[in-house]
Amino acid sequence: MIELVDVHKAFGANSVLTGVNLTLRKGRSMVIIGGSGTGKSVLLKCVLGLVQPDKGAISVDGTEVTNLRQGTPERDAFLARFGMLFQGSALFDSLPVWQNVAFRLLRGSLKKPRAEAHEIAVEKLRRVGLSPDVADLFPAELSGGMQKRVGLARAIATEPEIIFFDEPTTGLDPIMAGVINDLIRGIASEMGSTAMTITHDMSSVRAIADDVAMLHDGTIQWAGPASEMDSSGDPCVAQFIAGSAEGPIETVR
Amino acid sequence: MNVLAIIGRAMLAMLAAIGRVTLFAVDTVSHLGRPPYYPREFGQALVQIGYFSLPVVGLTTIFTGGALALQIYAGGARFSAEAVVPQIVAIGMVRELGPVLVGLMIAARVTSSIAAEIATMKVTEQIDALITLSTNPAKYLTLPRVLAATVVMPFLVGVGDIIGIMGGYLVGVERLGFNAGTYLRNTIDFLEPLDVVSSLTKAAVFGFLAALMGCYFGMRSGRGAQGVGRATKNAVVAASVLILAANFVLTELFFSA
Repeated sequence: MIELVDVHKAFGANSVLTGVNLTLRKGRSMVIIGGSGTGKSVLLKCVLGLVQPDKGAISVDGTEVTNLRQGTPERDAFLARFGMLFQGSALFDSLPVWQNVAFRLLRGSLKKPRAEAHEIAVEKLRRVGLSPDVADLFPAELSGGMQKRVGLARAIATEPEIIFFDEPTTGLDPIMAGVINDLIRGIASEMGSTAMTITHDMSSVRAIADDVAMLHDGTIQWAGPASEMDSSGDPCVAQFIAGSAEGPIETVR
Repeated sequence: MNVLAIIGRAMLAMLAAIGRVTLFAVDTVSHLGRPPYYPREFGQALVQIGYFSLPVVGLTTIFTGGALALQIYAGGARFSAEAVVPQIVAIGMVRELGPVLVGLMIAARVTSSIAAEIATMKVTEQIDALITLSTNPAKYLTLPRVLAATVVMPFLVGVGDIIGIMGGYLVGVERLGFNAGTYLRNTIDFLEPLDVVSSLTKAAVFGFLAALMGCYFGMRSGRGAQGVGRATKNAVVAASVLILAANFVLTELFFSA
């Protein structure tokens, strides 16, 4: 279980998170929705320790992880439980696809023999619908959709307990977005992983989410099961679902 | 009053920058004694910084050595001292021009490349991805590059010194009419071990500074193409200025009476 209590984060005078309280239950898939620039990515990065919160506490399975120092065994063990798909895939340009996927398996505490790491990488690529031929290509040789799939393969390479997806369908056509959504749903279910996705794509929300949380004005405005989202009664959620310019969410930000 | 405030703010900003760079350097060096190590990345950096810089180093130093011979011959002729061309070319190349010019070429070629690469990695979240994959960017990106530049620069400068002297030799023998054997003998007899030691020491320091600046400004890059461009520019300027400043300090240390 991941728990955020009163998390604050500001960048200079710009307060992005102003007291986020959120609980993500084990084995569930939570989607955080909200407009562009509302701090969804910052929230996710706070959990991973990529951004240090100014105030508040974040715990995973009851262990506080807010102040874990980089390079310590505790932080390495913490990160080993996570997989992450970045918005732009964040593949390493200098490495071929299979080494991107097997990055964690080629070094550090999860290191495996090179041949075995290659085999796992090819298997994970196959799982996300890519042929073994792709393994030896470089990221720059792939389309945006293929890069997302490789990013997804990298995120699941070590079969982590928790997977984060940052805008997984941004920049993809509706068909490819549907494919990625199905992959996320399928992989999270079969691995029994806890998943947290941030998106503003409502088709993704409906395909992926067990639970939904709406982030607006630096706080969680509404959180609940995805099945109750349409009847939440929350004006922010209603406006977001409708994609309306009228409502509490300002269109000029 | 306002002028004093502006000067004060500039001084504080400069001191803060020096502090940040110093902390970055200390953190980088501290990883030398703390595994894990990434020998593959170190090897790649050695090839990129060392082997692929050889052509530019060779071209820079051969022309400099040749021009130096012409200048010393023309200047020496004013007081009948044309015969000192081999000795002055040797001492000029080994003590000063070799390390400084190679250092500046490395700042142009390697510092810019490192800064642009790391800044792009930062902008495209590849640095964040490294961290989530339990890999410390300082160990994986910074240390291999800084170490490789420090190790390989003495080799590059040694090669540059020799090629520069050969440039002077070619001009001296083919253009200025020096006897080939005498030119080489004068060169070898005049150089002292301290000249070579100072040259290679300067090279190591310049290599360290060049790679460190590339990594530092790359890691601190702002967003977007403009951020990458600014990081690259600042890295090259800082590396060049630091190399020239370090050259003065090292020359003072080695050769002050």
